[in-house]
Amino acid sequence: MTESAVPPTERARFAVAGARANVAAALGSQPRGDVIRNNLFAGLLLLAILIALAGLVALLAQAFAEGAPALSTKLITEPPSTIDTANAGFRPALIGSVVMILFVIGLIVPLGVGAAVYLEEYADGTKWWNRVIELNIQNLAAVPSIIYGILGLGLIVRGPLDLGFVLFAGAMTLALLVLPIVIIAGREAIRAVPPSIREGSLALGATQWQTIRRQVLPAAIPGVATGVILAVSRALGETAPLLLVGATVFVTADPTPFDGNYSALPVQIFQYATRPQEEFQTLAAAGIILMLVVLIAMNSVAIWLRNRYEQKW
Amino acid sequence: MTREEERTQDSAPDVGASHPSVAIETRHTGLRPSSDEKVFELKHLSVHYGDNPAVKNISMDVFHKNITALIGPSGCGKSTLIRCLNRMNDLVPSARVEGELLYHGEDLYGPKVDPVQVRKMIGMVFQKPNPFPKSIYDNIAFGPRILGMKGDMDEIVEKALRKGAIWDEVKDRLDDNAFGMSGGQQQRLCIARCIAVEPDVILMDEPCSALDPISTGKIEDLMMELKENYSIVIVTHNMQQAARVSDRTAFLIVELTADEQNRWGEIVEYDETETIFTNPADKRTEDYVTGKVG
Repeated sequence: MTESAVPPTERARFAVAGARANVAAALGSQPRGDVIRNNLFAGLLLLAILIALAGLVALLAQAFAEGAPALSTKLITEPPSTIDTANAGFRPALIGSVVMILFVIGLIVPLGVGAAVYLEEYADGTKWWNRVIELNIQNLAAVPSIIYGILGLGLIVRGPLDLGFVLFAGAMTLALLVLPIVIIAGREAIRAVPPSIREGSLALGATQWQTIRRQVLPAAIPGVATGVILAVSRALGETAPLLLVGATVFVTADPTPFDGNYSALPVQIFQYATRPQEEFQTLAAAGIILMLVVLIAMNSVAIWLRNRYEQKW
Repeated sequence: MTREEERTQDSAPDVGASHPSVAIETRHTGLRPSSDEKVFELKHLSVHYGDNPAVKNISMDVFHKNITALIGPSGCGKSTLIRCLNRMNDLVPSARVEGELLYHGEDLYGPKVDPVQVRKMIGMVFQKPNPFPKSIYDNIAFGPRILGMKGDMDEIVEKALRKGAIWDEVKDRLDDNAFGMSGGQQQRLCIARCIAVEPDVILMDEPCSALDPISTGKIEDLMMELKENYSIVIVTHNMQQAARVSDRTAFLIVELTADEQNRWGEIVEYDETETIFTNPADKRTEDYVTGKVG
């Protein structure tokens, strides 16, 4: 529209003016009110994440500050002591935690993946008992951990299984605690596999199990790995249930899985922290750092495994 | 047009003032004789999903080494019908199949029939290409491996890719992810994957509807080659495609109950493709192929 061409009628002039205003609105810069609102909203969101991070950073900073003096290899090699603070360590607790976590992984992966596969692939969603199972698994993930301790005490340590206060009983209790996390994550991962892949496999003459084993499960590995990472992180730090199944004893010798006393890192940290002397507080903080290192190491392995099997759709 | 005139002079009922004709350039030079062996015999076949009918009273015969096309408007149950042929409807819990469906004379829905075995002989290619998230080689090898086919896997894969007219394009990158290919290549890969298990029949549910015209052309050429060895049933929205490639065409429509609550598909006419497109017996067919109705 050239400037020099003036439309003859009043109506045409209004139409042109309206059209020019629309163009200016569409191509012009953002109005001030919108800009301010956008920035304010972005700022609020940034503040939310900064607060969350600040809490985390403060925790870590305090742990490092307090525990730094006690950091040495003695933490890993020496057994705990109530007297000799210079040579006290976390050795049996560390071994106990690591061995327990390995048992937990060995229990939750087959059970969790198996339950997830059954619920997603074989269960008929309309039957009432399947809906009850589904509802309860979600509830189980929210049950307080001390209740699992009572369960472990009643059924695993004593009761039908009667294993006594041994490391494997602790491992089983922790496995029950974190199993719902793996099941839920596994179900999400299996659900995320597109139905077209299943149809393509079945249309070639594969059985349902062949389809699951060779198409669905390999594609679901990253999601299951995430579930295992979350589960292991939770299990490593759980103290309450372990207190009830025998980890309270002050243990100085290396634990064995099926026999004898055992301990775990969170429990040992707790035992140090409840002592009045300053040195034990430092040791407790050092124990926290140790636990974080173990956690990061385990998660790194799991994340590496997950990335190896990551697939692009 | 001379052929048109001959036909109307001879025998065909005059279906209206304008002669129905679709300008088609067929890809095949001759028609398979109708005395061929029957692969499928459908007798009053009906499918219901729960209480809702999907198709009713379908009776037709699919012939050996023919390409049979199912055409019709959206919602007339073509996909439902073709999925009956390899028992893929079994995957839908509420699906109920009535009537008789014979495969080489045997009841496909007999009590002793295992759907898994059926699908080994009757393969399917889907509308949206669905390669597995594996390498090209593993995509093709998946079927033979699970079926326990004997022989050198490399040879089996190469043979299937050659038959699927895609060998030259992928022979240097068999270990690449299948998703790195274009849509048309992926669909040809899916066809090659289907062929690798050496089926008897290939079902194609709108194989080209998600593809560009050049890929569509390549797949239609491929279908003409495959017809030498396999019987093909194709569902297509594109009636010109049906006219180009098929030997026989079935035309289905949507029927409604009076209150428009239920809709289902029924077969109007099933005949040799030339007849359907140049001289159909039913006015509804004529309206559809000439584009008078959608």
